Amino acid sequence: MITPGLRGFVLDAADGDDAAQDPLPAVLSALAQAFAVAAEPGAPGSGTHRRTWLDTFDWRLYRAGLMLEFEQARRGGRLLLSKADGTPQAEQPVTRWPRRPGLAEDLPAGPVRDRIAALTSPRALLPIVRAVSSVSVTRLLNADGKTVARLLADQLTVTSAPPGITGDTTAVLPLRLAIAEVRGYPGQARKAASVLAGVPGVSHASQGVFTAALTALGRHPASYTSGVEAEITAAMPASVAVARLLLRLLDTLELNVDGVLRDIDTEFLHDLRVAVRRTRSAIKLLGGVLPADLADHYKTEFKWLGDLTTPTRDLDVHLLGFGAMTGQLVAASPADLEPLRAFLVRRRAREVRRLAAALRGPRFRAITDDWRKALLEIRDAPGGPGRRRREPTAAELARRTTERTFRRIAAQGAAITQDSPPQSLHDLRKRAKELRYLLEFFAPLHDPVAYRKVVGDLKQLQDCLGEFQDSEVQRAEIHDLADAMLAEHAAPAATLLAMGEIAANLAHSQAQARADFVARFARFAGPAGRERVRVLLEGRP
Amino acid sequence: MKIFATYNIKGGVGKTTAAVNLAYLSAADGYRTLLWDLDPQGAASFLFRIKPRVKGGGKALIRGTKTLDDAIKGTDFDNLDLLPADFTYRNLDLILGSTDKKPTRRIAQLLRPLAAEYDHVFLDCPPSISLVSENVMHAADVLLVPLIPTTLSVRTLDQLTEFVAGFNGHRPEVRAFFSMVDRRKKLHQEITRDLTAERAGVAVTPIPSLSLIERMSVERAPVIAFAPRSVAARAYRDLWSEVNPDKPDK
Repeated sequence: MITPGLRGFVLDAADGDDAAQDPLPAVLSALAQAFAVAAEPGAPGSGTHRRTWLDTFDWRLYRAGLMLEFEQARRGGRLLLSKADGTPQAEQPVTRWPRRPGLAEDLPAGPVRDRIAALTSPRALLPIVRAVSSVSVTRLLNADGKTVARLLADQLTVTSAPPGITGDTTAVLPLRLAIAEVRGYPGQARKAASVLAGVPGVSHASQGVFTAALTALGRHPASYTSGVEAEITAAMPASVAVARLLLRLLDTLELNVDGVLRDIDTEFLHDLRVAVRRTRSAIKLLGGVLPADLADHYKTEFKWLGDLTTPTRDLDVHLLGFGAMTGQLVAASPADLEPLRAFLVRRRAREVRRLAAALRGPRFRAITDDWRKALLEIRDAPGGPGRRRREPTAAELARRTTERTFRRIAAQGAAITQDSPPQSLHDLRKRAKELRYLLEFFAPLHDPVAYRKVVGDLKQLQDCLGEFQDSEVQRAEIHDLADAMLAEHAAPAATLLAMGEIAANLAHSQAQARADFVARFARFAGPAGRERVRVLLEGRP
Repeated sequence: MKIFATYNIKGGVGKTTAAVNLAYLSAADGYRTLLWDLDPQGAASFLFRIKPRVKGGGKALIRGTKTLDDAIKGTDFDNLDLLPADFTYRNLDLILGSTDKKPTRRIAQLLRPLAAEYDHVFLDCPPSISLVSENVMHAADVLLVPLIPTTLSVRTLDQLTEFVAGFNGHRPEVRAFFSMVDRRKKLHQEITRDLTAERAGVAVTPIPSLSLIERMSVERAPVIAFAPRSVAARAYRDLWSEVNPDKPDK
């Protein structure tokens, strides 16, 4: 009865001196000129409502133009998925969810889960904004005393969730007003809306509640990305550019610590590890412009941090790929691998505890605090201590290091033959990764088209090398896991046989990757590839 | 979609008050409910404070130049809509008679598209035996027949039951209930008691003759809305659970 034809307005109480007063009576007295008005306590939609908007840490729903809302009811509630403009997409009832951040896959089957599971996986849905709204309903009556429209007034208090991320934690939004049409009386609703629009301080609601709440709370949607995107320019002294870059990586690292400690989803650790790897590559390749002792010290510290996170991540990779792995089984049944899964889950729990203890410890705190201090000094003190008199610009550093790394890859790759040991491909993979990071670090200095071409070729090569090495590493891990399970008497014969089949599949993938290598490398480092890199670094002739 | 119709050949036996109050209870149970006021006098429309007027009149609705959907008005109550009466409904027999095919099934046919929108439809039928009432009987799943406890009205029920039994195919379930029962009258007590005991399809709950029910035309609302704890409200509630034993699933 109330839904069709809602016309939305906001009443900004900040206008004039009446800010402290309840603004609703002014609205009601304006409407009373055209209708009889009567409060309707207990009307559908009236009373207190609690809602929570959810998204992943990296705003995947927002970026896809979607909003997910959990509407809490007395028992359970429902999830509503809509487009950014409020157009409904899907809804489903849920009970006891979300008590804590959870994966969309863990929702009961339903249309909302179907729509968002692939999009959000493997990230958890986190509460972004919580809202408590208090809705009062007023009937607008014609001369017969018939309700011909309704005024809905919604006073919303919104809270940033989880609290304390940025800015204010709580805000009261301007009163939101809506005229609800009663079926068969569209003209009366239009009339009420036009009366409402004429009340001083009332304007059409241009934003939805979620967007208005984000603005009021000072939250910037889509603010988190795992990319580098440092603010650097070509003419900047190289040390300043590198310090900015490393600070940006440190920000990303620190933003992910809480999610790792709370074990919200696997991608917090993944992003943290990428930030660590990038930092290590930057220190190795660009650390020459930093004070020597600083680079040396943190090279060790970040290696420690990287190694610390490896066991948990390896187990995450196994568990994330478990479904795909069992799907490949031909001879064995997926159920045969259940003991392996249980074993992985147990191990992971142990590793996560160990990791969390280290991340709460003094060594990690010293890394983040002191590293930041040192980088800020370099960034903010041009010509200060530790800076060389004539140092290169960011552009010069970018060109020199990119060129050198590319040359090294071309030479190393060209030396690889059918008989070369796997280690030669592993080494090449590391160099390729370093080049990728360099390209990303200096992306703001490059022509976007030339950049995309080089990165496109490089990515193809990296995927092939990654497949080759990951297959080998995972095969070795399967062997180790089998040993460990046998030692703990946790390995039935069927499980070991299934693991053997998995290992065989991995060997097959590895052989395939090795066969693909020649063509991919030729595309990247052959004459055309070399020309693309030249254009990137020197511009068009 | 389940269709209820209140019908009696006689007027003033409590058809409209039953239709209005039962439709209100259906909506309150969470069923999406529509009440079609087919009586040109427009009493049900009046009770919901809705003007008894349909653009294009009965002719437009029956001929299909205007859909029922366009004529529906929201009442003041959640889940309850009304298709108002119109003075041209007095000619509904003629209009139905001039439709090309199946003049006795036209109302059923017009209601079919509303199945997605409503769980229950109530037809408040004008008193008479006519093409309109025959249409209503063909459309209805449950025919609610208010009876004043007199010997004559029992005969009317027999005639009606026999008439419906002669239908080919779909036959509505005939549910009679005693209406305007005066507990002070011995005859009322006797007939009410005997008939409910003797005959299947007669509801146990009688609707008493009460001035509060007459007051509906002053309050212009269902009696349950303005006097929810009254004897009258309780009687309609009991009757509703007899004629709709299904528990609402929402």
